[in-house]
Amino acid sequence: MVLGLINANPVIYEKKERRVRGAPSDADEYAVEPIDEQEIFDILLNDTQKICIFKYPEHPYSLEELKVITEDAIEVNDHRSYVRVTFTPTVEHCSMATIIGLCLRVKLIRSLPSRYKVDIRVAPGSHATEAAVNKQLNDKERVAAALENPSLLDMVDECLAPTYG
Amino acid sequence: MAEPSELTQHIESYVDTSRSQTQQAASLDSITSLVKNDLITIETLVKEMEMYLTTTDNVIRARGTVLLAEVLGNLVLKPLDKVTIHSLIGFFTDRLADWRALRGALVGCLALLRRKSDAGIVSATDAKAVAESYLKNLEVQSLGQHDRKLCFQLLECLIERYPNEVASLDELLLYGICEAVDGEKDPYCLMLAFHVIQVLVQLFPDPSGPLANFSGELFETLESYFPIHFTHPEGEDSDVKRDDLSRALMIAFSSTPLLEPSVIPLLLEKLSSSLPSAKVDSLKYLSYCSLKYGADRMAKHAKAIWSSIKTAISTSLKEPTKSITSESMDGLGFLENEITAEALVLLEIVVLQNNDLYLSLILDDEDIRTIFNIITSYVSYKDFSLQGKQRLHVVGRILYITSRTSVVSCNRMLETFFSRLVDVLKLSMRNSSRECVINFGALYLCMELFTAARDLIIGSNSSISADEACFCILQSSSDSLINALCSKLAITAKEVAHDVDVYFRVKSLQILAIFPEDHLPISKSAFENCLTILMSIILVDFNKTLLWKLALKALYHIGSFVSKCHESDKALSYTSIVVEKIVSSLLDDNFTLPLPLKLEAVSAIGASGMNHVLKIVQGLQGAIFASISDSFVHGSIRSAEMAIQLLQFYSEKVIPWIKETDGLEEVLLHFAVNIWGHVESWIFHDDQVYEKGLLDATMMAMKLTVASCSGEIQNAIIQKAYTVLSSNTSLLLKESSLTSIPIRLEGLQLTERANSFSGKDELVLSLFASVIIAVQPKIEIPNVKEILRLFLTTLLKGHVPSAQALGSMINKFGTKSNRADISYGFMLEEAIDIIFETKSWNSQDNGVLSSDDNEMGLTDLCLGFVDDRQLQINSIVGLAWVAKGLLLCGHEKVKDVIMILLECLLPGGSIRASKSKPGLSERISEKDLHPSVKKSAADAFHLLMSDSEVCLNRKFHAIIRPLYKQRLFSVVMPILQSSIRNSNSSFSRSLLYRASAHIISDAPLIAVLSEAKKLISILLEGLSIFNEDPLDKEKLYNLLLVLSGILTEKNGQEAVIENAHSVINCLTGLMVYRHMMLVRETAIQCLVAMSELPHARIYPMRTQVLRAILKAVDDPKRAVRQEAVRCRKAWASLASRGLHF
Repeated sequence: MVLGLINANPVIYEKKERRVRGAPSDADEYAVEPIDEQEIFDILLNDTQKICIFKYPEHPYSLEELKVITEDAIEVNDHRSYVRVTFTPTVEHCSMATIIGLCLRVKLIRSLPSRYKVDIRVAPGSHATEAAVNKQLNDKERVAAALENPSLLDMVDECLAPTYG
Repeated sequence: MAEPSELTQHIESYVDTSRSQTQQAASLDSITSLVKNDLITIETLVKEMEMYLTTTDNVIRARGTVLLAEVLGNLVLKPLDKVTIHSLIGFFTDRLADWRALRGALVGCLALLRRKSDAGIVSATDAKAVAESYLKNLEVQSLGQHDRKLCFQLLECLIERYPNEVASLDELLLYGICEAVDGEKDPYCLMLAFHVIQVLVQLFPDPSGPLANFSGELFETLESYFPIHFTHPEGEDSDVKRDDLSRALMIAFSSTPLLEPSVIPLLLEKLSSSLPSAKVDSLKYLSYCSLKYGADRMAKHAKAIWSSIKTAISTSLKEPTKSITSESMDGLGFLENEITAEALVLLEIVVLQNNDLYLSLILDDEDIRTIFNIITSYVSYKDFSLQGKQRLHVVGRILYITSRTSVVSCNRMLETFFSRLVDVLKLSMRNSSRECVINFGALYLCMELFTAARDLIIGSNSSISADEACFCILQSSSDSLINALCSKLAITAKEVAHDVDVYFRVKSLQILAIFPEDHLPISKSAFENCLTILMSIILVDFNKTLLWKLALKALYHIGSFVSKCHESDKALSYTSIVVEKIVSSLLDDNFTLPLPLKLEAVSAIGASGMNHVLKIVQGLQGAIFASISDSFVHGSIRSAEMAIQLLQFYSEKVIPWIKETDGLEEVLLHFAVNIWGHVESWIFHDDQVYEKGLLDATMMAMKLTVASCSGEIQNAIIQKAYTVLSSNTSLLLKESSLTSIPIRLEGLQLTERANSFSGKDELVLSLFASVIIAVQPKIEIPNVKEILRLFLTTLLKGHVPSAQALGSMINKFGTKSNRADISYGFMLEEAIDIIFETKSWNSQDNGVLSSDDNEMGLTDLCLGFVDDRQLQINSIVGLAWVAKGLLLCGHEKVKDVIMILLECLLPGGSIRASKSKPGLSERISEKDLHPSVKKSAADAFHLLMSDSEVCLNRKFHAIIRPLYKQRLFSVVMPILQSSIRNSNSSFSRSLLYRASAHIISDAPLIAVLSEAKKLISILLEGLSIFNEDPLDKEKLYNLLLVLSGILTEKNGQEAVIENAHSVINCLTGLMVYRHMMLVRETAIQCLVAMSELPHARIYPMRTQVLRAILKAVDDPKRAVRQEAVRCRKAWASLASRGLHF
């Protein structure tokens, strides 16, 4: 199958100046640093660069540069063990939406404590089949089934493989 | 003569293209050496090669020519006669027409043309023939890269070596070269080509000569390369960089003024390019070419250049992102990129070149004239629009650069602008005398002009007369400006003002105050007014952080200015207003300024000049004595806290200053002697308690003071200290002549109160110990034996500094063998004898030992001949410090001491040892040493191995032999290992593990690695022992670092593989260590490293690790969570399939 580029000319955004964390509070060895939006954002950006490169090697952009995920679109409540990530596909008919969502979900499940409930959504109005995608991404059975599928799992693993440099 | 057949063989081997390159190189070498050693002549060689040079087989002919050329290339230094050279060059010149054998011809020509004159060179006519043949036969651009390179090299060589012959070819040459260069793309060839053009142009200096007609074509050839666009990826062709190429082209461009009519318009046009690199290049080229083409030729472009510069500066500015701090900044803090920088360089060059022309352009410029409309319409920085700020910045930079270039331009600029700016300023101040308002734009531009005038003076090495108009103009308003600024600053301190406004007000004051005196004398009252206002900000307005910092910085600059310029009046004012006031603020509690800020101010002002240091140090010492006295004598806690801070400041900041400046050693002596004097005069109450921290701080200051002195002064201090010690305390009087120490007197009290001397005794003793710790080895200590015994007595009472002093003394005595001057020093052996032979005698009422013939040395005390736990621990600590002293200087006695410590660790150690003293054995209590005593014996190894901050280090002149840690490691570890094997009590085994862990964690990693296999189990035991007590967390971390070091090394990895299971058990345990985040993080990192080990060994542990990691992923600390995710990924990917969810 010959894949044409879905979005041949995506808009590239400049990376936002990263908020620098204050030095970790050395003063209090026992202080708790709760999981926050920035941490989730960092988790999602690490090693997800390949999601785009995997399918379209000519688009070597990160999800951040394409504004697929932004820090504002992440909602965390460490106390209630809940995280919701809303991502925005670059075009309305992006066929990558489900695979991006699945990758994000897998990445979070692998990185967060098991007590967390993960909710992945497509930004309202950003995708043609928004409801379907949301349903698919948050249906436990379907996610589990997807990850049972060896070729799909390989693809997810491939997408999440570490990038160097 | 060599065998012809041999020669033929070599030739055959070179010409045969099927041979390997090494073979060919070898045969070339042998032929060369044959000729070099005169075994054959060139003629023979040529004759021998005739067939190869003339055959119709292209390949063989080409190879043959190359061979001959290469041989000649290797014979540059061999003298050859004219005829030979003539015939050879003739041959190669002909061959230039033979394109199939061209490579050899080019190499041959080059080899011959490059010969040195003493070895015979090519004649001028022959060279001309080469050039003609070159121009006639070669089509450079149709050749390969290497051949093109050779062609350009040949051209370069011809032009440089035979300029006259080549020049006579005139247009033919010019045309040929243009054709050769045209279309060249290889960077290396281009470098050569640009250089060829540069040297070519020098051949025709006559402006109306052949070059005049040809400059158009030359320009067309070069034009296409500007701006250099470099597509080679980095790393490739690393010998030629874009910048090199760009520079070569720039030199080619500027090589002749004839190019000016075409080059300057091109550069100006490219300035409007959207490529930043093109802009930068254009500006650079313009600067360079302006200088080369000369003022006259450039004059007609002035207008265009001026407007380009203006556009380049204003369009390249970005929004100011730098926040205003006390850091210095240029202009208004707009980020200036390379384009702006180059544009300003160009501006400076052209203004200098065509001064009048550009000045009138600038002064008539609409944008610059209208700036007055902008600055009068806004008052404060925050009122300006971004565009307004930008214009202000641009105008400011232009004014600054232009005024700085010469006196003439400075005069013109000031005449035109300065008085108008001052008028604006005055107006703004009059209108708002009650408010904190000062026209920002006018102030900013004024300061740019002031700075420019100052930089002009500094740049000219003061050769500018002070009578110049510009200085008179500045002079007319400087005083009133200072006074106005001062009154504004006084209001600023009370009100809210924008940071940038504040910054420029203080900065302006600073610039005015440090303007070179000869050119702009500022009245004394104005200068003092300025200092007073800055000082009041320092002392009162410390809540306004930025203002405070800026004021301090200004004071620092003014201070270094006055101390450099020897301006006595100003220096006096500075001393009385600034230095003395800040010093008196230290002594005076009335100032509300917090002490840390006071100290910051003191250090900044002190750093500004030598004479200030002295004043400040004296003031500081006074403050220290006052607060120490207050705290020691009256027990004031507040003074104690203050004294601690002052002493720390003195130790950390002041002592290094004093060390850096010569001639201040006396100050140190003064300080030390004064402290002793004060100590002498203080009267203590017996039950007085004082801050432990204060004593520590005083001791540290004393140690550093003594350590920083020269030997002579140390001697003086030690004498003074000894006098105070002997005359003011009862310590030395107690039966010091005896060779035994009466435990009776103190023994009983020891158990009740560890600290059994009076406050004053302890203070004097601690300070004396500090002096002893810090002196150099060669310093003589008065009455050494007595002092040794004193320390021995006091260490038994638990006075740790005494033990440290004893260790330092032992360390610094030379041994007999290496100290020839016996009468001078007290010998180490004697000292050791005293320490170990001095008996402490117990009397009957001690209770433990009943008979009065008991005499015990330190050793016996350690081994428990008295049933007094505290005494035992004290003696073990003392012994450990003595051992450290011995260990550092490499004395063999240390082994005995270590054996004593080891004995303490073993079960029933005391009993075994006592067997050597039959008289004692039955009286000794049968029970083992107390656990706390044993633990302190184990921890003594930590003391031995670790680096101490307080004594026995290089700072305090200890004698440290290299590799002492390694030596101790190799001596003690085998003993410990065998003891562990033989030990059957779990408690003493755990102590042995503890001692081993101390040694392993401080030993050099390389030593541990060599025995990793044996040590890994001990290391793991050590980790689990340290895991038990939160107090040991630092030790735990250090030991864990050793493990992680082992994991990164191949040898160590093998050891870990063998113990993989227990290592992983240990690490998973440490992953949840509550008391230290670094331990958890490192443990996880170690696990990540372990996932790299052979899978067969670690796979069985995979589930265990993954299960343990689940907890770490939920760690309270972020860093740990991140590592945990990494670790989880590493271990999960061991399996072919992903994670289990």
